[in-house]
Amino acid sequence: MSRSRVRLGLIVNPMAGLGGRVGLKGSDGEMIQQKAIALGAQSRAGERAREALRALLPIKDDIEIVTCPGSMGAEAAESLGFSTQVIGRIEAGKTSARDTKQAAQSMKEMGVALILFAGGDGTARDIYDAVGLSAPVLGIPAGVKIHSPVYAIHPRAAGELAARLVRGERVAFHEAEVIDLDETAYRAGKVSTRLYGYLNVPFASQFVQNAKSASPASEQEAAREIAAFVVSQMQPGVVYILGPGTTLRAVADCLGLEKTLLGVDVVLDKALLERDVNERQLLEILARHPKAKIIVTPIGGQGYLFGRGNQQISPQVIRLVGRENILVVSTVNKLITLGGRPLLVDTGEAEVDRSLQEFVKVIVGYNQRMIYEVSSFP
Amino acid sequence: MKHNPESLQRQYHQARWNEPIIYELGSPGERGILPPGTDPAIEAETQKGEAPIPASMRRETLPHLPEISQVEVLRHYLRLSQETLGAGLIPDIGMATSTVKYNPPVNERLAANPKLTALHPLQPEETVQGILEIMYKLEQFLKEISGMDKVSLQPRAGSQAIYANIAMIRAYHAKRGEGQQRDEIITTIFSHPSDAAAPRTAGFKIITLFPEKNGYPSVQALRAAVSERTAGLFITNPDDTGIFNPHIREFVDIVHRAGGLCAYDQANANGLLGIARAREAGFDLCHFNLHKTFSTPHASGGPATGASCVTHALAPFLPVPTVEFDGQRYFLDYDRPDSIGKVGQFYGVAANFVRAYAWIMAHGARGLREVASIAVLNNNYLMKKILEIPGVTAPYEPGTPRIEQVRYSWEALAQETGLDIEDLARRAADYKMHFFTSHHPFVVPHPATLEPTESYSKRDLDQYAAAWASMADEARHQPDLVREAPHHAPIHQMRDQEAYLTDPDKWAPTWRAYCKKHGQGVESLEEMA
Repeated sequence: MSRSRVRLGLIVNPMAGLGGRVGLKGSDGEMIQQKAIALGAQSRAGERAREALRALLPIKDDIEIVTCPGSMGAEAAESLGFSTQVIGRIEAGKTSARDTKQAAQSMKEMGVALILFAGGDGTARDIYDAVGLSAPVLGIPAGVKIHSPVYAIHPRAAGELAARLVRGERVAFHEAEVIDLDETAYRAGKVSTRLYGYLNVPFASQFVQNAKSASPASEQEAAREIAAFVVSQMQPGVVYILGPGTTLRAVADCLGLEKTLLGVDVVLDKALLERDVNERQLLEILARHPKAKIIVTPIGGQGYLFGRGNQQISPQVIRLVGRENILVVSTVNKLITLGGRPLLVDTGEAEVDRSLQEFVKVIVGYNQRMIYEVSSFP
Repeated sequence: MKHNPESLQRQYHQARWNEPIIYELGSPGERGILPPGTDPAIEAETQKGEAPIPASMRRETLPHLPEISQVEVLRHYLRLSQETLGAGLIPDIGMATSTVKYNPPVNERLAANPKLTALHPLQPEETVQGILEIMYKLEQFLKEISGMDKVSLQPRAGSQAIYANIAMIRAYHAKRGEGQQRDEIITTIFSHPSDAAAPRTAGFKIITLFPEKNGYPSVQALRAAVSERTAGLFITNPDDTGIFNPHIREFVDIVHRAGGLCAYDQANANGLLGIARAREAGFDLCHFNLHKTFSTPHASGGPATGASCVTHALAPFLPVPTVEFDGQRYFLDYDRPDSIGKVGQFYGVAANFVRAYAWIMAHGARGLREVASIAVLNNNYLMKKILEIPGVTAPYEPGTPRIEQVRYSWEALAQETGLDIEDLARRAADYKMHFFTSHHPFVVPHPATLEPTESYSKRDLDQYAAAWASMADEARHQPDLVREAPHHAPIHQMRDQEAYLTDPDKWAPTWRAYCKKHGQGVESLEEMA
């Protein structure tokens, strides 16, 4: 039998989830990890990874698991009898973010069909640093904080999605947000999240967190519809400040322009005026072009309109443009992932935040708006 | 809860015929019926009967039809019928928002009566007084039930009735010179999707309200939505969660003060019959689906009837013709200059008028109110039984009774077991049931929307709840059994369903669409055949 095996990557972050059960609200940083271990914390990441791999047991012979030594993956895969190729080396009990990044980078270069990683938001951040959007990945939820919709709803769901890929079934992918919560601030009682980047993850409504629309096609179609409407309403001589995110990229696509995914870009008369601007550049542009509108979309799962991932659009920029010239766009799906919580603003200036607190008419489609509440308190 | 999963499943297995589609049956030249040849005298005069048909309208190729014997046709459709589930076969509780209730066969006999089926819509009025009388009297019933002043039975479905209602709202504003200005319609996310879709199709902008923690939108949210652009409000109440918005009168007043009109989607009025009316809540228009509330069959997408009901102010805009009675005879009135025109051919689906008329007559006024009372009681009894199962909740206002349906969430079970609502939906087939999750997007996570109506007994409801308890138990202890379900149904899981069910280039609702989408033109198929 010389059937070629499908190669799946597996990275387990054995430090993920250490802080949860002992009440430390996360496991970022070596000191917290040592403290967690001292408090008797045990890693559950290996067991979570095994739970995902169990869904692949019926097709075990078709798979080769490319993984890291010991607790970073090999133990989990080999305990279930998977054929493995172990890459790199680690120092047992002292694994770090660097190990995760190196492994992900190698797996990408090897061209694995999917990199499964067991961890939390911090692990997703490391995977993003290593491969960005250039490799298909999927999280097995094992961490304390899972805010990023790059994770499956359950370890078993991650395994089931991987099984579909191995069986050659079509699995659609989409760009999902890597969101990180500042643990230091969180321990001090302040929720502070930011948009860190995007990962290329399978999209299946039953399997992936925050994927509540019918299909990736319908989600992309919704973004295109929003974009077509926004573009149809654009006026000549007005500067449009486009915030970060895939919905705003759809607006740029509709204009035939290339948008920075994480940056703020400026459009005038349907042409790109400047890309990836900072606050100073925005103020200079507004001095030249006083007629301006800001278009922003909330961060999925978090709901921040201002103050996270788009600090370039500062309180002064918002004041100059004016409250009435802010357009909020979002797919209905993204609003629903907020679970009924309001949209949030945290510009750093209480007065500006207050001026933004009301019901907004969020553009959710062509000629379609949804009334949604804005608050400065999460 | 006392239940025995074994006994629930043991005896049941649905027929599995592996039946091909009809185009794959039969063989070239095979015929089910051989009609006698044309009389030679007629043939001589009409050139084989073709002469009266203009040359431009004659087919050049034969139509691509199945070629199959009579007995195979009978067998084919009997087998297909055994591979379906439906209201006559199972307690059809899982189709809330669509509302499947008992359709008494006696009403089918009335609808199949040749006195009705042999009628032609172009017959002179004096020869069809009977059906006109039934239409007129059915309209009077619906006026009384809704409190409205005039009714049209012409729309062919609920969504078309919504379309007729938005067309009347547009005509009303146009008549007052505000047609250009008023181009926005307000609705809620838990109202039926057609309440947004039909006005949007008619060219209106849609503003949707999102619910608060209590399940319905706040008065403040509505205030933020209304303006001088507001044409109207389209709303269900109770909506898909089964929660009644107690501020509905205030909603209507706010929209009225802004100059808009209010349309009540009462497609499903099962919880309200004889208890609450659109008129007293201040609405200007409403509509009923005769199949959701008045027991005509769903018929898998029609032909249906959506009855549009309006106040005096909107009556001039109703579709033509209206059915009138001058004290002596019934007649059709086409002389209505402000009418929106026709929304369908002729006057509507006559068979449904007879069925609904018979159903209402059989119940009487007090009977209709009892229908609503039992529907609400059944729903709240079932809710109590379902909520005893670990892993399920009824989101929004826990502990509050619901009207006629409940949108449950199985999120807790999904988080515990990794099994999704779609897994439960497939497993449900093994329990001889099916259920509607909800319209996308899933505002309620892992949803199942259940509505028992008045049709089912306590025993039915107990068994139904026990089946859910059993499925939840399996999800915990035999997850693979659920994941790989169905096991007792005509078909198993689809391979690669993500590709086939979500890709518009691949899925096909008909054989013709299948041929087109998969690279075989229908023409080439006809050549093959």
